[in-house]
Parts: sequence; structure tokens; C-alpha cells
Amino acid sequence: MTAPTVTVPETAPATRTGGRPRRRSVSRRTRLIAWLFMVPLIVVNVTVILWPGAQSVYYSFTDWSGIGTGNWIGFGNYTRMLHDEEFISALKHNLVWTVVSLIAPMLLALLGAYLLSRVRRFQVLFRLAYFIPYTVATVVSAAVWENLLSPDSGLGNLLGVNFLGDQDLALGTVAGVNTWAFWGFLVVIFLASMQSVNPALYEAAALDGAGPFRQFVSITLPSIRPTLVFLVVQTIVWSFLAFDFVFILTQGGPAGATDVLSTLLYRNAFSNLEAGYASAIGVVMALFTAIVVITYQVLRRVRKWEA
Amino acid sequence: MSAVSVLTKPARARAAVVAGQRPAGIGGWAILLILALFAVGPLIIFVFAAFKTQAEIVENPFGLPADLLWSNFSQAWQQAHMGRGLTNSLVLVAGAVAGTLVIAGLAAYAMARLDLPGGGSVILYLLVSSALPMQMFLVPLFFIWTRTGLYDTKLGLIIIYCATLTPFATLLLRAFLLTLPRELEEAARIDGAGELRIAARVILPNALPGILTVALITALATYNEFLFAVTFLESDEQMPVSTSFFAFQQSYVQNTALTAAAGLIMLVPMLAIFLVLQRRFVEGMANTGMAA
Repeated sequence: MTAPTVTVPETAPATRTGGRPRRRSVSRRTRLIAWLFMVPLIVVNVTVILWPGAQSVYYSFTDWSGIGTGNWIGFGNYTRMLHDEEFISALKHNLVWTVVSLIAPMLLALLGAYLLSRVRRFQVLFRLAYFIPYTVATVVSAAVWENLLSPDSGLGNLLGVNFLGDQDLALGTVAGVNTWAFWGFLVVIFLASMQSVNPALYEAAALDGAGPFRQFVSITLPSIRPTLVFLVVQTIVWSFLAFDFVFILTQGGPAGATDVLSTLLYRNAFSNLEAGYASAIGVVMALFTAIVVITYQVLRRVRKWEA
Repeated sequence: MSAVSVLTKPARARAAVVAGQRPAGIGGWAILLILALFAVGPLIIFVFAAFKTQAEIVENPFGLPADLLWSNFSQAWQQAHMGRGLTNSLVLVAGAVAGTLVIAGLAAYAMARLDLPGGGSVILYLLVSSALPMQMFLVPLFFIWTRTGLYDTKLGLIIIYCATLTPFATLLLRAFLLTLPRELEEAARIDGAGELRIAARVILPNALPGILTVALITALATYNEFLFAVTFLESDEQMPVSTSFFAFQQSYVQNTALTAAAGLIMLVPMLAIFLVLQRRFVEGMANTGMAA
């Protein structure tokens, strides 16, 4: 599970501020108090996020080891990435992870949410069942699947397959565990979105003889498109930042077969004394996130999506 | 209509099934059941495993345990230091929830109620900083924490949780405060009550549902958090239940039964809270996904 460090589409309340007419001129004292109320937030935010974030940018241009100060090496760390086989392989694994995450959890969640949107009885119960894995800590989810797939005592033993130890299977397996942990979250959001579709559309389609699948394709999907696009964007960002399950289940192994950018960054920062290089990887990840999010926001404005 | 306002309405009100839609049918129910089995089945097998002997797991990996081996739990409790881990987690959760609520509550109040000058840019800043991946600040933060003595302390970790959780919490509380009518505090203000007094006596009681949602999400996120905990705590004495469990699992790879028992000990407190308050949880989570 990801802590809720999530990108935000600008929501209705955010636009409300701009539109609200000033009813009275706020006194100077109230303005001062308002900013005083902001002080704790600004202090922790600058200490933990803004200042270290800015430092990351600086260190990414140095050969800093984590101790003392580094030497300025310009774009050295960035050009190094282009030739670093570990980096390129990690990047490829992130892409595989993205593709898996855009297919498996999305399809499962769309299917589950659509069927749930058509029933009333047990709806809350099913939604609860689907959502439970999302509330389980990643360390526990990892243990659940490690035990289940174990080559000594689980499915791996029955099938004679070493899911996490086989170089060809490990990445897919870890991404599969992530799918299990994460798809129920998508169900909840898809379901909420599907329930706000205008019922008259389904009635009209039913009169025209459209079956459930036909209704899904021509009514549900277009109606929930803003939510769908938003979750696709989120999934891409999350996939690029994936860390927990890889770190817990395989530590990037066997032989680097599951290494992703986050685990590469982690190793460089805390084992290899390459904090400068690690910072540069962090900056690249942040840039990627920014590009995806900004593209999404621009498209949303242009296309006037209301998500 | 924004996705957020859809999500904040109670589910049951919207759950009416459309007249023109045929219900799911046998096939639909079958798929719903299979999906539920996929979600919950692995956890059920995990529960079974916690009551078995290691030999039994190899012979019968998925079925019901022959006997309920409760001693697995006492063994796991001791060997995985679950008591210490749970205590540390409790401190972390309490600290992070209290800190986040105070920090985000004050900020949200200033933005929603005091017409904070420049509030629009603050919102933008919060959006950006909640979108910033932790990989961006993790490395320098680690070295700052080691230099300032905050490394390997629960306080240091609580500060990190407060910082990473406040952007979402502020936006959510602000959105909630905007739904409360302004007349509430106008009267108190005319009576000459100070801003802190108005916030505490008038707004706070009315904002309790929003506060509870933020508290639940913060608590769950903190309790389950792994990356910061494993990076910023080193000594066994400081470890929360997530990293104690991880350390235990790494050292006892072969003992599936004890791992499962320890995992259940970690899982049960949060799952109990979740099941009791599931609606607020689920809808709060949906809000987090969409709004923060």
C-alpha cells in the first residue's frame, strides 16, 4: 500500500476560493493570525520535503558520498545513467510493472465494480471484501504471498515452480502481488463513479436491446472516463515509484531481475555511498512524475474533463 | 459534479439499482464470488497457516488446520518482539495522528475560515508537495536526520509522517470546513470571541466527522508504513511492528507458521478498527485517492 502521497486533480473546493466574492475586508490582525496558523505546516513541510528536495537537486550535480561535501561534476550523474546497465534494466522493469499494473488491476477492478454497480444485495459486503487487501500492511501482504507461493510448502512446491527465485518469473510475481494488494482500491473509486451515471442512459440502452457488455462499453466506460483517465495516470506514477513489494520480497533479485528505480536509488544511497548518484535518480523520478501529472492537468483543462 | 462530491455522499443513498439494468445473473454472481475469493482467500490460508505446525503446512498447505496450535502465537509474540513493536507503533500512530490533526487542522482553518491571503497559491503548493515522490527528498533527509540526532528516534519518524501526511489532510479538512455554514462562527465573532476560541468551541465540534476520517487514514498509513520506518530507525528498541515483523520474517524464512502468526498479530488490531468503521474508511480512502 502506498501512503496517501497522491497527486491531486484540482477539485471543486479548490476552484471555489477563486470564485467566492469577498464579503468584507479582512482585518490586518485576522490576516496575521491566518498566517500564524500556517506556521507549523510550513515548518514541517520545508524541513522534510522542500529543503531536502532542493538539496537533492544540488547533490545530483555532485559526486557526494553522503559524508562531508561532494565535488561538482555537472551533469555527470545524469550522463552516467544513460550508460548504467543497472539503471536501464531497472527502468525496463518499471515499464513492465507499469504495463502489468495498467492491465491486471484495472480489468479486475472494472469487472468487479461494474458487476457490483448492478446489484444491491451484498454490495457493501463485496466491496468490503475487495478492499480488505488494500488495508493490509505491505510487509504482511508480502508474507501472505511468500507463504502461498513458497517453493518448500506452497503453490511453488505443488507446481515445481520457484515464483520469486526464477529470473523470468520474479518480476511478474511481485507485480502480481502488488495487483492483489491494490485492485480493491480501484474498485471503490470505479464503483463510486459508476453509481453517478445517469440511470436513464441504461434504460434507453436496455430498450434498444443492449446487453450488459454492450451497456458497459457504450455507456459505463464513456461516463466514467474522467475517473478512468485519472486512475490510469495515478497507476503510471505509482508504477514508476514502486518500492515496498520489491524491497520486501526480492530486494531487487534474483540477479537484479526485479530491480526497479526505487531499489536502485536505495542501494546507491545507503549501501554504495553514491548519494549524489542516488539523488540524481530521485530527481529523474520526480521529473517523470511531474511530466505525467502536468500533461494530465493540461489535457484535463483542454478537454474540460470534470474529474 | 466533481468526483469528490460524489464520493463524499453515503454509498447507500446511491446504491439504487437502475430499472433498465438487468441484475447480474448467475454468471455475474459467480464472478463476484471468484473475485471475493481472490481478495480474501490468500488471507484465509494465511490464518490457517498460523495455527499449523511447519510439517503440517508442507503436507496440507491450503486446508484447515488439524488442531488449533495457539502456541504459535505466544512463540511468535516473543520471538518477533511483537509487544515492543506494537507499543512503538502505538506511539508512532498517536504522534502522527495528533501532529497531523493539529498542523493540518490549523492550516485548513486558516484557509477555509480566515480567508488566508494567498490561499490559492498555498493550495497549489500543497498539491505539488503531495505529488512529490519521497524518492526526491529521501536521501538528503536521511543525512540531515543523522546530523541532527533525529535519526533512529521515534520523534524524527513522527515529524516525517506529519510532513508527508499534512498536505492531503489539510486539503481534505479544508474541503470539509467549506461545507460548514459561515453563520456558525459569525455570532461568536460578534460576541468578541478570539480566533482560537472560535476554532476550538464552534468549528471543532462540527468538524468532527472530517477529523475522524483524517485520523483514520493517518493512523492506517502510519501503522502500515514501511519505507521510512526501515530507513530512519535502526535499533531494535525503536522498531515499530512493521519493521520488527519484517526483521523476524527475514530471519525465520523457513518457519511459515510462526511468520503467519506474527503477521496476524500485526494485522488484527488494524483490521478490527477497519471492520468497525469500514464505511468511513472506504469512503475516506476514496477521497484520498481522488482529492489528495
